[in-house]
Amino acid sequence: MKLTRLFKYAGEYKRELILCPVVMIGEVAMETTIPLMIAKLINEAIPHSRETGEISQVLLYGGLMILMALLSMSFGMMGSWLSSKGAMGFAKNLRKALFEKVQRFSFKNIDRFSTASLVTRLTTDVNQVQNTVMMLVRGAVRSPIMFAMAMVMAMNLQKELTVVLLVAVPLLAIGIAVIMKLAFPRFQVMMKKYDALNASVQENLIAIRVVKAFVRASYEKEKFNASADDVTATQRAAEKVVLWNGPLMQILMNGCVVAVLWLGGQRIVGGSMMFGDLTAFITYIMQILMSLMMLSFLFISFVLSRASVGRILEVIDEQPDIESPKEAAREVRDGSIVFDHVDFSYQGDENNLVLTDINLSIRSGETIGVIGGTGSAKTTLVSLIPRLYDVTRGRLLVGGKNVKEYDIHALRDQVAMVLQKNVLFSGTIRENLRWGDANATDEEITAACKAAAADEFIRSFPDGYDTDLGQGGVNVSGGQKQRLCIARALLKKPRIMILDDATSAVDTATDARIRDALHTAMPDTTKIIIAQRITSVMDADRILVLDEGRVMDFGTHEELMQRSEIYREVYTSQQKGVA
Amino acid sequence: MPPRGARPVAKPKNAKGTLNRLMGYLKPHKGRLILVAACILVSTLVSTTGTYLLKEVVNSFLEPLLQQKEAEGAAFAADFAPFIRFLVLMMLMYVAGALSTLVYNRAMMMVSTSTLNRIRKEMFTHMEDLPIRYFDQHTHGEIMSRYTNDTDTLREFLSQSFPQAISSLFSILFSLFYMIRLNVWLTLLVIALMPVMLFATGQIGKHSGKNFAAQQKAVGALNGYIEETIEGQRVVQVFCHEEKAKEDFDGKNEAVRVAGTRANTFASMLGPIMNNLGHCNYVITALVGAVLIVKGYTDVGVLVSFLAFTRQFSQPISNVAQQFNVIMLALAGSERIFELMDEPVEKDEGYVTLVNARRDDQGRITESRERTGLWAWKHPHQADGTVTYTELKGDVVFEDVTFGYVPEKTVLHNISLYAKPGQKIAFVGSTGAGKTTITNLINRFYDIQGGKIRYDGINIEKIKKDDLRHSLAMVLQDTHLFTGTVRDNIRYGKLDASEEEIQRAASIANADFFIRHLPQGYDTMITGDGSNLSQGQRQLLAIARAAVADPPVLILDEATSSIDTRTEALIEKGMDGLMKGRTVFVIAHRLSTVRNSQAIMVLENGRIIERGDHESLIAQQGKYYQLYTGMFELS
Repeated sequence: MKLTRLFKYAGEYKRELILCPVVMIGEVAMETTIPLMIAKLINEAIPHSRETGEISQVLLYGGLMILMALLSMSFGMMGSWLSSKGAMGFAKNLRKALFEKVQRFSFKNIDRFSTASLVTRLTTDVNQVQNTVMMLVRGAVRSPIMFAMAMVMAMNLQKELTVVLLVAVPLLAIGIAVIMKLAFPRFQVMMKKYDALNASVQENLIAIRVVKAFVRASYEKEKFNASADDVTATQRAAEKVVLWNGPLMQILMNGCVVAVLWLGGQRIVGGSMMFGDLTAFITYIMQILMSLMMLSFLFISFVLSRASVGRILEVIDEQPDIESPKEAAREVRDGSIVFDHVDFSYQGDENNLVLTDINLSIRSGETIGVIGGTGSAKTTLVSLIPRLYDVTRGRLLVGGKNVKEYDIHALRDQVAMVLQKNVLFSGTIRENLRWGDANATDEEITAACKAAAADEFIRSFPDGYDTDLGQGGVNVSGGQKQRLCIARALLKKPRIMILDDATSAVDTATDARIRDALHTAMPDTTKIIIAQRITSVMDADRILVLDEGRVMDFGTHEELMQRSEIYREVYTSQQKGVA
Repeated sequence: MPPRGARPVAKPKNAKGTLNRLMGYLKPHKGRLILVAACILVSTLVSTTGTYLLKEVVNSFLEPLLQQKEAEGAAFAADFAPFIRFLVLMMLMYVAGALSTLVYNRAMMMVSTSTLNRIRKEMFTHMEDLPIRYFDQHTHGEIMSRYTNDTDTLREFLSQSFPQAISSLFSILFSLFYMIRLNVWLTLLVIALMPVMLFATGQIGKHSGKNFAAQQKAVGALNGYIEETIEGQRVVQVFCHEEKAKEDFDGKNEAVRVAGTRANTFASMLGPIMNNLGHCNYVITALVGAVLIVKGYTDVGVLVSFLAFTRQFSQPISNVAQQFNVIMLALAGSERIFELMDEPVEKDEGYVTLVNARRDDQGRITESRERTGLWAWKHPHQADGTVTYTELKGDVVFEDVTFGYVPEKTVLHNISLYAKPGQKIAFVGSTGAGKTTITNLINRFYDIQGGKIRYDGINIEKIKKDDLRHSLAMVLQDTHLFTGTVRDNIRYGKLDASEEEIQRAASIANADFFIRHLPQGYDTMITGDGSNLSQGQRQLLAIARAAVADPPVLILDEATSSIDTRTEALIEKGMDGLMKGRTVFVIAHRLSTVRNSQAIMVLENGRIIERGDHESLIAQQGKYYQLYTGMFELS
């Protein structure tokens, strides 16, 4: 069973999770004894008081019953606390384990799961498992014990009457099984339709401008209405089955009551049974059937959680494929980079290479431009430098050492990368910039922002550097976001700085200013600039021309203009019409 | 899901009004609801009567038989026939009860599903007609939760709480009736004990409501953090921020545990507490009953039956208390749903429409029923009742246009410009200069505050919005595709497009080539906003979508910004063909794409600061010159 594999995450909450079922047994013991007290009350105490005129026996059994009720209440409340604490603690540990695992993931690991699916696993799936655990510790022991104890009590009370149960219990079990078997696939269909409905709303929200621009509101409405009708139809199909549950229980319950009245009535008249036993017996029947019902709910919830458990285990079982070696080098000597016959494939498949036989030698402090069409693997190439991915074949040296010899954090601290798809985090501008250097002084922050041409617009905000960015940095425009990301990377004062199309939303003049500032602010840092605009790279020391994962050429602007056809083509296409 | 009766108590602002409105949705189901009420009545009557009949069994059948046995001694032969008849009747009654439960469950299911269906449809229909401004002001999550959380609570209310509340009410009434019949004094006692139970439920409900609200908040904070961190996981790793992230996470994770433990403890305590308070009530009633028996006020049969009622009576009361929270929650949810439905829709006072047209012998334009390829604006004049037709050409004029998203903050000042049919107008300027805003005014995503925009000489406020938008096609900054095939997505531009038209549009956008290389060609499914295509491919599809619409005016908003230069060159080539004879407004950061425009508008802070063609602007040596030559300053 998969769920059992997660039990080790109970950790320090193991005690609660084990104690809860034990307490539940106590509660069940009280609950199944109380009907007996009631029977005593009715059979002996009350007639006794009628005969003798004194109520001492009523007081005795009543007192016992109140005592039991209080005990049962305490056990119940304790169970509530234990199960909540245990399940919540378990969920906490599980979430923590998952989160820490994700923190250890390499880019390759992250690629394998999508971001959205990782988030779902940490939120919805953990929640589902937590609720199941809570139900299980409360019910998994309680219901069978209740079933057994009520059965024993009933047999003790009137053995002959239990024949009623021999009929009712299998009937209920079969009924529930049939309903579940029919309902389960129907609910799955319904959930799918429901997801599709929500997805279509979401899609409309995101693309509302497209809908309006193409005047497709009525088309979308029609689509939605059809989808909504689908949901309704499938929901009805599923619920039609489930709503037999209530009447089934009712008819069996009451059938038992009538049967007990008939059989019991005869026995009462025959003198082998008393009135009070009748009520007690009926209560036991109720407890037995209810616990059976509870078991079926537990089963459903257990089955439902299986998918979640599976998804959680996938994350837990995923092996982070990039980790620091033992006795790792902690210092990056300089910003030199050497690609030595490097091949790379995302799947590690040598027949499907994204980068083929890359040989490059970059000196520390050089500025390198990289251009190439979409799919030419520019981003892939630079991702290898901070070891976001491992090369498939060949060697990659940074500061004269193979990247695999470094402690990962030490390497990445020295290789700053401004990603193409960059993000800011909720918090103030200053807090976000401090990601680059937690101990940066205000002067250093301002200097970095000036270099990234961000200081000016930051100061134009009413709260300046303390402006709250909102989740994902929603409060700044695309171009402003890019400049903040550059400033954040600058604060790292790295030996190697990689800008992956990091100024695409910044206008040409500002772009030029940033490059100029980088040049003067960090002369010793190796700078690698990927760009679509040829003007962003033409002043670099050398320019790398990539095409379909191969180095087509590597040289200065003038050299490339002379000998590289691709380069010339790109250049002229961007420069044509210049006066 | 937290147990019922223990969720955050979100109070609706206007419970009565919302309830009335909700009842309005139930009105068409009056017949079914009457059936539901009737069946619930039967069902509860059966169950309470069943309890009452226990007394009959004891008093009318078993006791007499026992007495008879005592009297007759060994000669006693029990005649069970009347007892059997009675039990058969009882069983029949129970069957009727179960049947009515089945009927009302089913009827209520139909009512709740069709009501939800109607509400969903009305909500979506209304949402589609809301102005863009509404979507600017509300987050997607906020709107989505009305379709998910709020409709879910409503479903729970309609399918469970609503019938349960009715059933509890009937149960209480019937039980009271029978209890009074059995013994008035004991009834008064049971009623007197009720406040204790109500108080307990109320207290626990209040506590757990508060705690659930706290839990909700903690969970919200934690989930937000998880989402943000994992979305930015690559950045976290590039900046070696893992340890810090773990630390922040631990704090929020622990907060959820503490709040969750408290909330769930309180919520699940309700069951055992109510149950055992019921037991205590039972004992107290039994004690008093015993005293009454001793004093001769009542007999054993009555007491036994009555005791059964104390249990049947306390259950619906705690039930009602628990339902109360769900009802409040559902009302709060409905209120949010109605709030969306009450948002004012996009206003459209336009009366000029777009019609198919043909030229008669004298060259006059007349309306045509068939598609002719020639379109005209049909302009009825209210003053003299005449109708004039103007050919759709794509002539756009801005006269002194002023606009602000909020009235206090003007973002466009005195914009005047004209675009003759077939001209290409480019907007240039830094981020936030107002380029996108201008294009959003042409198709009336927003209404201007001052000045006039004319389309083929007609004030666009007079043109019906749908017709105006039909005459324009947009390729937006962010390409959004829909779930469906590649073909469906291109067809979005023209729903009745033929296969050839689709492929021609794809060829124009240079998308045909890559589409044919997809695993299923034009039938390839696009899922999740086109995430299985590259950014460039998605933009090519968006261009094809605009191409198939074949309108006289095109708006291109940075449509080529993330396509590499070579692909862009290919697109441009296709676009040139598409743009022939059309008016085009284009926004692009790359000046090479705007160079061949007839007019270039340089925007800054919402004003046009320079205008002219490329040569004249270069000669002017102003901002455009700076922007354009900025690229050479460093070399």
